[in-house]
Amino acid sequence: MTLILRARFFPPLRCGTDGEDPVMSPEKITVRMTVNGKAYVRDVEPRYLLADFLRHELYLTGTHIGCEHGVCGACTVLINGKTGRSCLQFAVALDGAEITTVEGIAGDGPLHPVQEAFHQAHALQCGYCTPGFLLTTIEFLGQNPDPDRDEIRQALTNNMCRCTGYLNIIDAVEDAAGRLRAKGGEA
Amino acid sequence: MKPAAFKYFRPDTLEEVLSLLAEHGAEARILAGGQSLVPLMNMRILSPAVLIDINRCRDLAYLREEGGMVACGALTRQGEAETSALVADRLPLLAAAMPHVGVRANRNFGTVCGSLAHADPLGELPSVATALEARFVIASARGRREVDAEEFFVSALTNCLEPDEMLAEVRLPVAAAGGKSVFLEIANRAHGFAVAGLAALVEFDAGGRCSRARLSAMGAGDTTARLRTVEALLEGGTLDDAVIREAGAAATKAAEPSDDVHASAAYRAHVTGSLVRKALRQMLGNGEQGR
Repeated sequence: MTLILRARFFPPLRCGTDGEDPVMSPEKITVRMTVNGKAYVRDVEPRYLLADFLRHELYLTGTHIGCEHGVCGACTVLINGKTGRSCLQFAVALDGAEITTVEGIAGDGPLHPVQEAFHQAHALQCGYCTPGFLLTTIEFLGQNPDPDRDEIRQALTNNMCRCTGYLNIIDAVEDAAGRLRAKGGEA
Repeated sequence: MKPAAFKYFRPDTLEEVLSLLAEHGAEARILAGGQSLVPLMNMRILSPAVLIDINRCRDLAYLREEGGMVACGALTRQGEAETSALVADRLPLLAAAMPHVGVRANRNFGTVCGSLAHADPLGELPSVATALEARFVIASARGRREVDAEEFFVSALTNCLEPDEMLAEVRLPVAAAGGKSVFLEIANRAHGFAVAGLAALVEFDAGGRCSRARLSAMGAGDTTARLRTVEALLEGGTLDDAVIREAGAAATKAAEPSDDVHASAAYRAHVTGSLVRKALRQMLGNGEQGR
């Protein structure tokens, strides 16, 4: 929070002395975005990344930032229904987009079936990578409701986990597929 | 790890894009999928003063067959090419390479032309375009011109575009009947950055002789250059075990890779030879022995 307050309330430092690379641009652009079903309007700098927009403007801190260059997958969200790295998207370029973050998958109700499966299989340890894994899994099982373990492994290359290891995550995705199929059968 | 400030434009048509490029030139970069550009901006390796976002130019997103080629527009996503029935049918080499391009979340947004313009010598799409002898349609407010892959890829991360130009379309020749395509890649981690890779296309005449061979190796030089000595060795002959061994040795000799954190140059050259042997054996239908 200290860092956020610093960024929000203290005047920015400038890089170098020539003034050609200001840290903040005075020009802001209005963005309209629907996040987890709720409409937001904000004025942001063009250089503002979606990950920072979600965390610092909307205070949706479930989207975690890892590598900040698109490799680790921690910041994965659904952008118009497709997984995307929120660290590789500019918020201004997503005017009119619909975003789903980890906060939006279960709503106020009980856990989403994929979350429940991760919980049951102990598919997380520190939990930092988990929001990204959950959204990758939701997109993947939407496209492939009955995958084999090899297909699951391929899909999970989207994300990195550095503590639990992947075996429990693969178990969880397999279990989640069954849960979602059963749920689909009831409906 | 945050991009420097830039001025943002979001034109609706190619004409507006080209007029903005004419105005801002070398200060500007095109933003399509952003999967190669934005990492470089986040790391401040690149700090363009102007970004021209082409995502509103819906007319630039297409895959269509015209005159023996599949034309792919500047806004066609990699994920669209991956699932396209036209690509699966007409461009088996591209279809085989697509799953290796980044990961799902990258392909959902990254574009085919963007990856080509990025000109990474370890990129899958530059390698495929080189093997297919693709044509690159370059547009500017001054007009259009067309170049081939070897002119387009100048060196690592450098293409031949002038500051006011953009890659508007890539045209990929449709696979010939009786041709065989194989794409192979080695990485330290599944779907991680490639250590080496190969796009190979071999056509056979009625007698089973190799009539045309095009092989392009990833990570074997500053660009995804063709392995011309290997192609010459294959063309006009029959693919047998002796020729395949010779081709592998020629590929290792022709490769001029570099060292980096992922692999040594010597290992890359060795792997390039292995991949050539493996690809040719797969074409003969006994890929299981491809070591």
